[in-house]
Amino acid sequence: MKTKDMVALLAAGVEPVDRHALARRFGWALLAGGLAAAALTLRMFGMRPDLDLMMATPLFWAKVALPFLLAAAALWAAGRLSRPGVTVGRGWLALAAPVAVVWAAAAAVLLSAPAPERMSLLMGSTWRTCPLNITVLSVPAFVAVMWAMKGLAPTRPRVAGAAGGLLASATATVAYCLHCPEMEVPFWAVWYLLGMLIPAALGALLGPRLLRW
Amino acid sequence: MTEGGTAQSAEERLKALFLQGLAGEAAAYHAFLDGLSGHLRAFLRKRLYGLQDDVEDIVQEILIAVHNGRHTYRADQPLTAWVHAIARYKLADFLRGRARHEARNDPLDEQADLFAASDDEAAQARRDVGKLLDELPDRQRLPILHVKLQGLSVAETAQLTGLSESAVKVGVHRGLKALAARIRGKVKV
Repeated sequence: MKTKDMVALLAAGVEPVDRHALARRFGWALLAGGLAAAALTLRMFGMRPDLDLMMATPLFWAKVALPFLLAAAALWAAGRLSRPGVTVGRGWLALAAPVAVVWAAAAAVLLSAPAPERMSLLMGSTWRTCPLNITVLSVPAFVAVMWAMKGLAPTRPRVAGAAGGLLASATATVAYCLHCPEMEVPFWAVWYLLGMLIPAALGALLGPRLLRW
Repeated sequence: MTEGGTAQSAEERLKALFLQGLAGEAAAYHAFLDGLSGHLRAFLRKRLYGLQDDVEDIVQEILIAVHNGRHTYRADQPLTAWVHAIARYKLADFLRGRARHEARNDPLDEQADLFAASDDEAAQARRDVGKLLDELPDRQRLPILHVKLQGLSVAETAQLTGLSESAVKVGVHRGLKALAARIRGKVKV
């Protein structure tokens, strides 16, 4: 086929495009992924019994804020990486800021605690399972986000895959807060982040294959 | 080879046509794709010294990618940057498929030159997209054939094929994606 003919083929009968395709795709992906993560949390791990009491404490919301802010920043980055020729720019700062804050807070807590207690502040009682639980809960959102991004036009598939993976895991971590009993800042600073980084790394690894368009 | 004015004026002209095309104006969209293929051809010919025979195939591949990805364009963004990122991505894909060492260089490093020149002398494409089109399943091939090649309306095509109108639209959309996927597959040697 000659290029001239292909141009005619592509142009024939074009319809107006949906200018909100990106928002719509990410919206569906996060709705499906978030609900699935919440349902899996309740079914596999159960709601923490004192959730209603905890929800009255600022500390609980500080805990939710970490994955929530990371999810928001990852959504921003993943959206921009789904459009050709758009850089993430200050989005990286938005990703780094919550991490910097939680690490600073964790350091402050650890330094002010008596030495013998530091280890338990850091390890809590669920460090063995927490990162793995978050990874498992991320699976539906991971699939949904990759679907959303593949239907757009990511031209840097490795970085885009990482941002998509982080978006999935941060969303799943918000849901995991329904169950997770840990209330110490140093614990989140290590194990929540590790749990969120595993799907992000998988996204970077699989991005070139999953996001090819 | 023709110099299509300055790169800046080409950007403005093509962007205006593209935006009209996104709103559903086929004639403007046709003019946009036509103009774009000239610029892509000149841009690639100048940079892919060892791949002159492949330029037309790559131009076609980028055109399909631009079409399939057109819903990701943001009106406040320079068209040059958007097209350049797609061209670069598709070329990297092509070169990876060929496993040529050019993949490690980056022949498309100068984004500013993308719209600087235009070349309307198309070479013969080596790959026949028409043949690839014939390989698509009927539910995609027939909508593309009737709507895109014969210029029938969606309603007429629906009547002719017995598909619903939305199935015709979906068939065109998915068919062009499948076509791009087949082109990717064929590039691999």
